[in-house]
Amino acid sequence: MTSLPMWRRYARFFGADPGADVKDELRFHLDAKTDDLISQGWTPSEARREAERQFGDLKGVQKIGTQMGQRMERRKRFSDYGRDVRQDIHYTFRTLSRDPGFAAVSILILALAIGANIAVFSVVNTLLLRPLPFPNSHELVWIAPPPTGCGLSCATYSADAYEEFRDQSRAYQGVTGYEAFTTPDNFRLAGRGEPQPATGIEVVANFFQVLGVRPDMGRLFTPEESRGPHPVALLTNAYWRRQFASDPSIVGKAIELSGTPFTVIGVLPDAFDFGAVFSPGAKVDLFVPLDLDRERMWGNIVTLIGRLKPGVTVAQALDDANRVAPNIYFNTKYPQTLGRYKGNLIPGSLKDYVTGKLRRSLIALWCAVGAILLIAGVNLSNLLLARAAARAKEFAVRGALGASRGRIVRQLLMESLVLSGFGALLGLGLAFAVVRWLAHQGSVALPLLSALRIDGQAMGWTVLIAISTAMIFGLLPGLRIASGNLNDILKDSGAGAGLGRKHERLRAALVISEIALACMLLVSAGLLLQSFLRVLDVDLGFQPEHAASINVEYDDSAPNNEASIAKRSEIFQQVLERVSTIPGVEAAGIADYLPLGPNRDWDTPVPQGKTFVPGQYPDPLVYVITPGFIRAMGIHLRGRDFTWADGPHSERVVMINVSAARTYWPGEDAVGKILMRDKEEDHVVAVVDDVREESVEQRTAAQIYYPAIQQGPSSAHLVVRSSLPPATLGPSVLRALRELNPNQPAAEFQPIRTIVDRAVSPRRFFMLLVAAFAGLGLALAALGIYGVISYSVTQKTQEIGVRMALGATAGRVQRDVTLGTLRLAGWGIIVGTIASLASVRLIASLLFSTSPWDATTYFGMLLLLLVVALLSGYLPAKRASSIHPMVALRNQ
Amino acid sequence: MDSSRLEFLRGSLDVLILKALVWGPLHGYAITSLIRRHSEDALLVEEGTLYPALWRLENKGLLEAEWGLSENNRKAKFYRLTPEGRRQLRNEVKTWEAYAAAVAKVLSATQPPEPEKIA
Repeated sequence: MTSLPMWRRYARFFGADPGADVKDELRFHLDAKTDDLISQGWTPSEARREAERQFGDLKGVQKIGTQMGQRMERRKRFSDYGRDVRQDIHYTFRTLSRDPGFAAVSILILALAIGANIAVFSVVNTLLLRPLPFPNSHELVWIAPPPTGCGLSCATYSADAYEEFRDQSRAYQGVTGYEAFTTPDNFRLAGRGEPQPATGIEVVANFFQVLGVRPDMGRLFTPEESRGPHPVALLTNAYWRRQFASDPSIVGKAIELSGTPFTVIGVLPDAFDFGAVFSPGAKVDLFVPLDLDRERMWGNIVTLIGRLKPGVTVAQALDDANRVAPNIYFNTKYPQTLGRYKGNLIPGSLKDYVTGKLRRSLIALWCAVGAILLIAGVNLSNLLLARAAARAKEFAVRGALGASRGRIVRQLLMESLVLSGFGALLGLGLAFAVVRWLAHQGSVALPLLSALRIDGQAMGWTVLIAISTAMIFGLLPGLRIASGNLNDILKDSGAGAGLGRKHERLRAALVISEIALACMLLVSAGLLLQSFLRVLDVDLGFQPEHAASINVEYDDSAPNNEASIAKRSEIFQQVLERVSTIPGVEAAGIADYLPLGPNRDWDTPVPQGKTFVPGQYPDPLVYVITPGFIRAMGIHLRGRDFTWADGPHSERVVMINVSAARTYWPGEDAVGKILMRDKEEDHVVAVVDDVREESVEQRTAAQIYYPAIQQGPSSAHLVVRSSLPPATLGPSVLRALRELNPNQPAAEFQPIRTIVDRAVSPRRFFMLLVAAFAGLGLALAALGIYGVISYSVTQKTQEIGVRMALGATAGRVQRDVTLGTLRLAGWGIIVGTIASLASVRLIASLLFSTSPWDATTYFGMLLLLLVVALLSGYLPAKRASSIHPMVALRNQ
Repeated sequence: MDSSRLEFLRGSLDVLILKALVWGPLHGYAITSLIRRHSEDALLVEEGTLYPALWRLENKGLLEAEWGLSENNRKAKFYRLTPEGRRQLRNEVKTWEAYAAAVAKVLSATQPPEPEKIA
């Protein structure tokens, strides 16, 4: 075989053509055969015919050949592509390993940004996107009045109202509820060593059936267990494991709860977390059936949760509720209570109730990490651009050797893909750690936090952001390089000229956008921080410092109310006397509910001499307290405190808060006035400050305090004021309580401060996260500034050298570089401020008594940004001023 | 025996093509004539089966093709054995020889086999 001459090789210049190849090959065969036949003596035309006859189905063979050829061509193209990709990856690893500093910095930047994004995505996914952890959870609704100031105590209904609503409504498969005013550690588990406190929730018997929770072991409550006393209990999985060492035969055993034997009828699944859904931050140990018959005498205590019939919408359920509401009694024994719930039975999705309030915070958080990703991406883009400029020659050479532009862009994209791939891996690791940590933050009162994990969706999100980051930020430098003129670059000498100017403008634009984004983050973080500080500054109405509380177990059961009061009075007086003698204790008192927790209201007192018009007077929140409590909590009081003489036979006395006083007797002094509850006269002996009730951030409505020996408290929280740390004081207080009552469980001695901390924990949580992101954004922006200025100094080495040779001083050079930094920062801050002003509306609703245009915050944050910018420009400026003219010129 | 009618046993054409190429690259026409001459005109390869067989072997990576010039300066597609093809040929030859020997043994038998002993 002889090689084809050069010119004939161009036959397939416009790409492979399998069909033509086959035709050529077969034609050659016929020609050769014809030649042979002619040489055997055939005439040319006959020889040709004979050759064709011998060949047979020429067209058929040709067709087979063309098809096979095309298939081969396709395969070849595919394997070529694969080889190219392999080559690109190989090459990428080689280039990156040649510059490990660059690779490490980029991967770290990306890991931080991607990690933050995954973690926040997981939070958003768990709290907002994923359905609640119940089967068909979209059918579940929370039924409550329209939102008002009084939180849970308004969002509850009487036992009669619950039953009427359940029986008359047509929209539900089932309606259930739970007792909303349970305080932590309301049970005492005895009979197993030292008495242990336990938290039990009373639920309507069909609670778990309506939610769709099945027990891991045993059975659920039956409907009749909500009528009359039934000492049965369901254990949560965690409690069963912790307290009963996962006893496999626990079902059917009796446990002693607060002196009564209860039969354990089942253990709930681990996946069911009551606190996570209904009471964020709370830990629940067990459930007992709510005795509706007993509760009939009490006020509004049951929350309403319904499961809609399939296909029924929330709007239809609302129509249904509006139809039913006028026929519902507060108490069926009292006809005048008919229709009290008119307009106060509003079903809404349970999911919205649980996480709806967080939607804005979470979206803001999501935006913040999105901005971080953008900053990181711009940074990466910038780094790649700087490298690309330094590698311009390498690409030019590759181009000259035949690499197509597409190939070079692909190579650069591959580099950013590899970087972001590693970044994503590392980021995933970071996110895992962060999410694990967050899931165990029991003290943060955020719903569903314990269900937080990195799942398949989060992984998918990771892949998505890793690839899109690489694409967006790898493409820009790639296109930049590919559009450069090869010839110019090859002619240029050194790192200096060529793409220089255009490049620098692009990089400056990128840095300005980075600074602008960081500026937006900083302003948001600043505003949230300001809000948080304002929240901490809120006058709670009490002094949380130097006070702590413990749950006191007492038994005031007696044949009649009078005996019970006498017993309770004696117990409480003994407790307070004993505790007061402990050295260091300044004040002590007992209340049945503490501030910033759940509470209830009883009825609607009316000032004496005024007539009751429905809706005119509030239902005040009720506290039943002993003498000394007001002082122990540090509540400011005008008038006199209760005394032990305010007993069952003396004049009825109350204290009211400032808000209540203002409503009842506007412009008058309430002390000495009388409040009427039906026929009963309550003498107001003092007006106390408003105590923050539902949350630190909400104003308080009317509050009323009754003495514990005139009214029945529902539990006893002993509050002790002392300058001693709670850890030292706790054991002696517990010892004192044990001496009086051996059954006193080893309850936690909890500083009041922690109650406040828990109440502000969601805000602190978001503020810290946004602040962390802002810090990260600032650091990345600083890195970007440093990179650009430092690069431009390197590029201008010669120019600076010449200028210094011509007499420019070091200070002058340094000033010029610093001015360059300032110019970048200035533009960034201007753009960022405008963008912040425009977008701050998004977080306006998250702020607390802080204007979204708070000048101090803006000024402070901009100043911070400017200082950081100057610092990051300082090093390159220093370097520029120390350039020696001779060295610079010689290095040419 | 009508030589042109001699049917190829399935798969034997492939091994013949591989064998034809051991001495160097050839185009399709040269392969047919080589096989014809080596078999002393007993085996006539039909074009309708030769070319698809060549393309199939090329597709499998046993052959590779290149355009070149024939003896009388025509552009022709030359096939060459790849290392893979050479290996394949060695195996096929071994199989073929074993097969041929077995067939020959049976065909040259003169008496029925001894009855098999059943253990």
